[in-house]
Amino acid sequence: MDFDFSDDAKALREQARKFFDERAGPAVARASMNGDATFDAQLWQAVVDLGWTAARVPEAHGGVGMTSEAACVLAEEAGRSLAPIPLAQALAATEALIALGTAEQQARWLPGIADGSVVAVTGWAEGGTASPAKASATVDGGSITGTKSPIADLAAATMAIVSAAGPDGPALYIVDLSGEGVGVAAIDTLDLVRRHGTLTLTGAAADPLGDAAGYHDWLDRAAILGSFEAMGTATAAMDMAVAYAKERTAFGQKIGRYQGVKHKCADMYIKLELARAHALHAAWAMEAGAPELRQAASAARVASLDALAFAAEENVQIHGGIGFTWESDCQFYYRRNRALVAALGSRNFWADRLVRSLEQRNRVAA
Amino acid sequence: MDFNDTPGDAEYRAKAHAWLATAAAEYRDPPARAVSRGENVPESRKWQKIKHAAGYTGITWPKAFGGQGLSPMHSIIFNQEQSKYHAPTELFAIGLGMCIPTVFTHGSPALIERYVAKALEGEEVWCQLFSEPSAGSDLAGIRTKAVRDGDDWVIDGQKVWTTNAHLSDFGIIVTRTDPSAPKHKGLTMFIVDMHAPGVEARPLKQMSGGSDFNEVFFTGVRVSDSHRLGAVGDGWKVSLTTLMNERLAVGGKPGHAPGYRDLMALAARIETDMGPAIEARDVRQRIAATYIADEGIKLTQMRALSALSKGEAPGPEQSISKVVVAKTMQEMAAFALDLSEASGFTTTGGEPGIHKLQGSYMASAGLRIAGGTDEILRNIIAERVLGLPGDMRPDKDTPFNEIRAA
Repeated sequence: MDFDFSDDAKALREQARKFFDERAGPAVARASMNGDATFDAQLWQAVVDLGWTAARVPEAHGGVGMTSEAACVLAEEAGRSLAPIPLAQALAATEALIALGTAEQQARWLPGIADGSVVAVTGWAEGGTASPAKASATVDGGSITGTKSPIADLAAATMAIVSAAGPDGPALYIVDLSGEGVGVAAIDTLDLVRRHGTLTLTGAAADPLGDAAGYHDWLDRAAILGSFEAMGTATAAMDMAVAYAKERTAFGQKIGRYQGVKHKCADMYIKLELARAHALHAAWAMEAGAPELRQAASAARVASLDALAFAAEENVQIHGGIGFTWESDCQFYYRRNRALVAALGSRNFWADRLVRSLEQRNRVAA
Repeated sequence: MDFNDTPGDAEYRAKAHAWLATAAAEYRDPPARAVSRGENVPESRKWQKIKHAAGYTGITWPKAFGGQGLSPMHSIIFNQEQSKYHAPTELFAIGLGMCIPTVFTHGSPALIERYVAKALEGEEVWCQLFSEPSAGSDLAGIRTKAVRDGDDWVIDGQKVWTTNAHLSDFGIIVTRTDPSAPKHKGLTMFIVDMHAPGVEARPLKQMSGGSDFNEVFFTGVRVSDSHRLGAVGDGWKVSLTTLMNERLAVGGKPGHAPGYRDLMALAARIETDMGPAIEARDVRQRIAATYIADEGIKLTQMRALSALSKGEAPGPEQSISKVVVAKTMQEMAAFALDLSEASGFTTTGGEPGIHKLQGSYMASAGLRIAGGTDEILRNIIAERVLGLPGDMRPDKDTPFNEIRAA
């Protein structure tokens, strides 16, 4: 048993951490929040130049052909740095194309994702209260009609992979955003750093990407990447809380000496370690094509959302009044927590999906 | 990343699996009724001897001490396979997991020669005499004293929460030998004969109804200086060897403790006025939370093991185990008993599944304390892993005999 990332993936993680530590983080997030740009184009170009959008793309399509571990570590570092760029989206879209795309679809889209000429996003939500298991957008003779919202980084995107209703439930479709019948509008969300938008499709050309089963398989893979992203964000929030607890004095001593504070920090670590164990297991299941993929992905999703919500909320608490101000960086993690929940469905949805997969396994065993 | 056994590990697992299929056949089913450790002594001895003869004891110990000289991975693999049976293994867990490793780390060659093999063969049972009525989490506050008298030391005092003391032949005991030194500096550790004159173990009845613990009284008990472990005054350092082994040993989930599967099975059987319990969202949330904790700890331990097998030091991951395991057991059991309405409360009649959960609810309260309370373990994580400042310990450098007793 070797339950850890490969040396290649670890080296990539170190490289990404160093890069994002220098080029992203709360200060860059704040600039994005205060600015008019829809994303940080310079930072994005640097990430493309480093070959990170090409990491998972097979060599035949102009990429590096790394395993899915590469996508996991990049998602984690993007999450840690709050980087206002569409990297997490590109990774999720690439995963869909690699897992479900035909040879033609891969040849059409992957080289552009690798070299940065295509900015890809994914979206399942339709602005209401439905779960990722539902879609009302419809496809008729290759044309898709419906509204997908919110979609992160939509304003920067040139291509979208979205869900629409099919005979067996939702399935994925590729939409070229430069085509006819495509409307893009900005929307306001609780995350002020990464911009979100609404995609209105009125008979736009749509290319089917896999079937209903493929959609659920993609959802699991996206959830795994999302788990790493959430862990990265949670780790940054914990680090911020711990650093403050070591520095802030009250009643004549550092607040980190009080068990009330100390134990909150320990609980952040405990929740993160549980999430990390599940996320690693899920990363293995994804790469190995293991039958427990759904179970592992669902557990990773729930555990990472638990870790992130706790770290983001208690980070503000540990900072006291200052943590609640506009000037404090606490709000970025607090807000991003909501964005990451919205991106792939709530804890409720994924907890139910986990129990369903456990029930299914019991039935198979029985 | 590869989640499967290496070829070598797979071979060892297959060998252990095949051996257990025959050797442990009589333990395949759970015992018909709960058996206390006391009743289990002959049975435990028998199983230990069978394992010893087949080379499945002291798996990670050096061959020079009668062990197998294998890796922690081999030990875990054997334990995983053994845990599929209901063999009696608890009686020797403390001796082999904590006491004897302390003996062979800090004892003289003569002590190692005298005690290690006998413990391994299941001949002699050991206990760990650490906690006292006024020294639990604050372990260095012990008052049991040992006074030098020629070649001997004379021990007077009281220990408590001593698991299996009433069944034990020997114990390792931490004593105060220099009351004028600060509390961590004046301690010394010995091996004590539990059958010696002046030793009296009185079983304590726990709130769960069981009696695994004792209070142990020492009145003028003589121990030869040859039975000292480590230098005089080094007892705290020696204790840390034991405590580190203890945290490794008690970190995981107790064998056959109920988990998410039991909650799922129960929730599938229970009909509520709103339909089957398992269809309710709060029930599914709780099953998911229990799964995350149960499986998360298992996976966390596998991460630590992977690091060990690559020659890396085990990370601080282990320190989260007990906090998560004990509290999860308590919350899950409480939730299951809630779901069961009146049958979760009554202890006569009802289904065995409920009794197991009731037992777990009662035992988990103790598990949150044994081997370090939730609070102490959180302090360890916060201070040693996250680097937060240490707890206030105003008595740390004060001579022990000048510390005001409460």
